[in-house]
Amino acid sequence: MTELSTKTNFADPDAAYQLIVEAHRGLSDAESADLDTALVLILANHIGDLDVLREAVALAQRRMLAASQQQQQQQ
Amino acid sequence: MTPPSKTQFGYRRHTDQDRAGVDIAAYPVVVVGAGPVGLSLAIDLAQRGQPVVLLDDADRIGEGSRAICFSKRSLEVWDRLGVGERMVGKGVIWKVGKIFLGQEMLYQFDLLPEDGHKMPAFINLQQYYAESFLVDRVRELPGIDLRWRNKVTGLTQHNDHAVLTIETPDGQYRLRADYVIACDGARSALRGMVGAEFEGEVFEDQFLIADVRMTAEFPTERWFWFDPPFHSGQSALLHRQPDDVWRIDLQIGPDADPAIERLPENVRPRLERMLGHGDFEFEWISIYKFQCRRMQRFLHGRVVFAGDSAHQVSPFGARGANSGLEDGENLAWKLAMVLRGQAPASLLASYEIERGHAADENIRASTRSTDFIAPHSRQERRLRQAVLSLAKEADFAKRMVNGGRLSVPSVYDSPLSSVDVDAWAAGPRPGSSIPDAPLQRASGEAIYLTEAFRSAGGGFVLLESANGAAVEAPEGVGRIRIGGDAPLQDAAGSFAARYDASPGSAYLLRPDGYVAARFRHPTRAGIEAAVARASGRGGQ
Repeated sequence: MTELSTKTNFADPDAAYQLIVEAHRGLSDAESADLDTALVLILANHIGDLDVLREAVALAQRRMLAASQQQQQQQ
Repeated sequence: MTPPSKTQFGYRRHTDQDRAGVDIAAYPVVVVGAGPVGLSLAIDLAQRGQPVVLLDDADRIGEGSRAICFSKRSLEVWDRLGVGERMVGKGVIWKVGKIFLGQEMLYQFDLLPEDGHKMPAFINLQQYYAESFLVDRVRELPGIDLRWRNKVTGLTQHNDHAVLTIETPDGQYRLRADYVIACDGARSALRGMVGAEFEGEVFEDQFLIADVRMTAEFPTERWFWFDPPFHSGQSALLHRQPDDVWRIDLQIGPDADPAIERLPENVRPRLERMLGHGDFEFEWISIYKFQCRRMQRFLHGRVVFAGDSAHQVSPFGARGANSGLEDGENLAWKLAMVLRGQAPASLLASYEIERGHAADENIRASTRSTDFIAPHSRQERRLRQAVLSLAKEADFAKRMVNGGRLSVPSVYDSPLSSVDVDAWAAGPRPGSSIPDAPLQRASGEAIYLTEAFRSAGGGFVLLESANGAAVEAPEGVGRIRIGGDAPLQDAAGSFAARYDASPGSAYLLRPDGYVAARFRHPTRAGIEAAVARASGRGGQ
């Protein structure tokens, strides 16, 4: 089973981040959501591995949970 | 709305109704519910020499086309039951489906891209035709005692039998049965009587079915639209039935009022928008919502559940009636063997295991289709729309477009199967149903493998790729030998290819035409062990 790679895979991480930021620039929230949704599907297919995808989903969910707990503590 | 003639059946008083107390009539099997599943199961049992009492609370075949798509596997079952050719003769044969987004076709699929199968991928046939052909077959067979207007109102379970209380126009009577088979549909009364839960996912979206009679030039294909121009934002389905009847299925959302939507004057304009004309008559209108759910257990003491009484799915994928017919074929031979004392009663546990897995698979597939067709949230809809728009240029997205994944028989991960010990590059693995193949008799006459199976005795069958002397098979095991000096030949090579059948290899088939075991070098001892295991006597 391949594991989700969370080490940096880009020689230039800033460029990758910027590429995504620029794709969203000037879009409404709804348009951004639409763009992201298509991106998720395209990239998920490129990965092509359900176990890796499952780990990626889990990481994204853990982060959501952590973020909401942090918010509660601050309140 | 004209149902065909011959749908009304007479109630007849039976002498069993005069018996009471300790004197009540006793039967090995009582099947409750004369729908497609109950009728087919009764025929299967009768053909296996097992007499059956079949009860139905109505005295007519249900109105409306209802289930219309019958799968290749169902047709193969019906062929074995002597009604397959009649069903195909009347039905509309199809194998191509097309999916549209708006006006544009996204992709098409072919459900049976190869030749050499007796039965087509699918036929469409109104359920009332299927039921009336099955009733005709019941009447041809000795051993089925079909009683209309016999409504089961009570059940008492005992250690080795059950007693049914039955309401008739002449009052109540009781019957004793070794086994009761509940084929009494989604609203099963027997399910309530055994106290079983029937929970699952409820879908809020409503769908409008209109079967209309019209002459039209659409091809004989399944057409499914997402967001068609004539029914904005929703889905639509068009499917052809015999007698110039067309099934139209329109998604109308969770908030539509069914009492208003089902009025012909409200349905008519919707269809006129779709068809571009008003030249049609209504045959049947229905509005439905659905649930995906199953009973936890299909065996409750002496009552066995089959078909919609045991599990329900959404209609996308034609997995309702077809899976019920597969339940029946799975149960019939096991029950017949148990009742004849050829197998322990525990063989029935494998029915629950195998058909339970199948129910899970069908529920999973139809839930996925339903989630795609009727997204639950804004983001789910956004995902769906992204798939649909990507599908125009990306193959991966095309493969995600889900307008229903059509019924195929399950592969059983079963305690009845003997694990492969040899290497196989292809062919049905143990637990799979047998693929058909075209063969020839010595006279040159064509015969299909499924037909050879049908005439091979109805029990376990050894399917052998002949190589010199025939393998010594245990008593009672039928045989089909192909190639070499055997009476059947594989001129087209389809059998060899579809079964990876090197000369001398053999498949052991169960009485329902599923593979129990396969051998590159079959021995009598190996075959005996596999038969024992598949009869519930093996378990090591």
